[in-house]
Amino acid sequence: MGSFKLGKMTLSGLFKKPETLLYPVQTKTPPAGLKGHVVNDPETCILCSLCQKRCPTGAIEVDKKGRTWAINRFRCVQCGSCVRECPKHCLEMDPAYAPCARSVSVDVLEVPEHPKDAS
Amino acid sequence: MGKATVIPFGPQHPVLPEPLHLDLVVEDEKVLEAIPQIGFVHRGLEKLVETRDYNQFIYVAERICGICAFGHSMGYAETVERLMGVQIPPRAEVLRAIWHELSRIHSHVLWMGLAADAFGFESLFMHCWRLRERVLDVFEKTTGGRVIFSVVKVGGVVRDIDEGQFAEMKRVLEGIKSDYRQICNAFLKDASVKNRTVGVGYLSREDALELSMVGPFARASNVNNDARMLRNGGYAYLEGFEPILDDQGDCYARVKVRALEVLQSIDIIEELISKVPQGEIAVPVKGSPADGAESSNVVEQPRGECYYYARGNGTKFLDRMRMRTPTSQNLAGMVKALEGCDLADVNMIVLTIDPCISCTER
Repeated sequence: MGSFKLGKMTLSGLFKKPETLLYPVQTKTPPAGLKGHVVNDPETCILCSLCQKRCPTGAIEVDKKGRTWAINRFRCVQCGSCVRECPKHCLEMDPAYAPCARSVSVDVLEVPEHPKDAS
Repeated sequence: MGKATVIPFGPQHPVLPEPLHLDLVVEDEKVLEAIPQIGFVHRGLEKLVETRDYNQFIYVAERICGICAFGHSMGYAETVERLMGVQIPPRAEVLRAIWHELSRIHSHVLWMGLAADAFGFESLFMHCWRLRERVLDVFEKTTGGRVIFSVVKVGGVVRDIDEGQFAEMKRVLEGIKSDYRQICNAFLKDASVKNRTVGVGYLSREDALELSMVGPFARASNVNNDARMLRNGGYAYLEGFEPILDDQGDCYARVKVRALEVLQSIDIIEELISKVPQGEIAVPVKGSPADGAESSNVVEQPRGECYYYARGNGTKFLDRMRMRTPTSQNLAGMVKALEGCDLADVNMIVLTIDPCISCTER
């Protein structure tokens, strides 16, 4: 029994620098591989729609006719299934978190026709 | 003698991290009976196996609970692997065990912070959560997530940990150990903590056995039922494993068991890091579970034994997925421990079972 058992730790805490950051003035560099948000490279995307099939939340929508690849960031749970399944490796996980948004919107990406597709 | 009154406790209460409602039948500040009610956060996650295939359901499984997220994804993956007869590589087994033990550390330290907050020891609460943050940083670097990792898949794990990260993990754990010993000292020896916990909420060994208690709650009543003793998966690589037991059965014993389990988990991780086998981290899994195939699995979650059951129907969707979570087992014991306690001790007793209501309701 006894009191002030935490005294040593609390006192030494007075002379240490704070454990927290003054966000948003200071920000932490995201470590490599952090599941931030999914990005697609339209130059290599072939609109195979495997990512749409694998997505557990139905966040990705691929329109082959309209040549668009759309992601609803509010549905995406950053599980990384699409990135793993992508046969062309055009999808990747960017370590930065997606910025805050004021309204629910869908990010639509125009995928240009690749010369190989046209032939 | 006064007249018995019913005092509602929860679902919104400062001490409760999650919604649990108790009707406390009280007479003269003594609780005669506690009638629990759950159902405030039911999300119907088990039903989702009908619309998510066995690979996709892993992300649902890990969202059952925010604290034992990794345990649930691991438990689910192991169950489906048994269902399909998949043997995962040894390295994946050990990596899973390492992450699971790290989850146990963060869960127990989080709980200790909550307990400190419940008995009004604010600085202890802050120090506990400060240490927990370091474990979350390790998760962030090794899995890419802080709470939900999505690092397990059916057939293995998604990411490997390299030697540099193992060295960093060891260094962080050593740092945590020295700070944690001081926190442990405060938890186990400080008079203000002992005044609130010693002799409060006693549950005998017989009652614990009869009511099928699991996890640290049971182990504090000297019931030896740690599922890690089955030596499943990565735990088979350990030299030996002895669960931490206590025979006092009160709140103090539960605090003590959890406090010592953190140090045990650090030792387990250090041992596993030195024994990580080289090789693949995943095997490809093809096909669907056979029609009528059944499998079950037991995982020692931070809160106790969690039981998983899966049944296939020949398609990529499972026919049934069932989890029996530790808190649903422990609620009966909590009601028993609450009988006859002081009204002021109710929060302490409720907290010492480490209730995870979102696990219970799924």
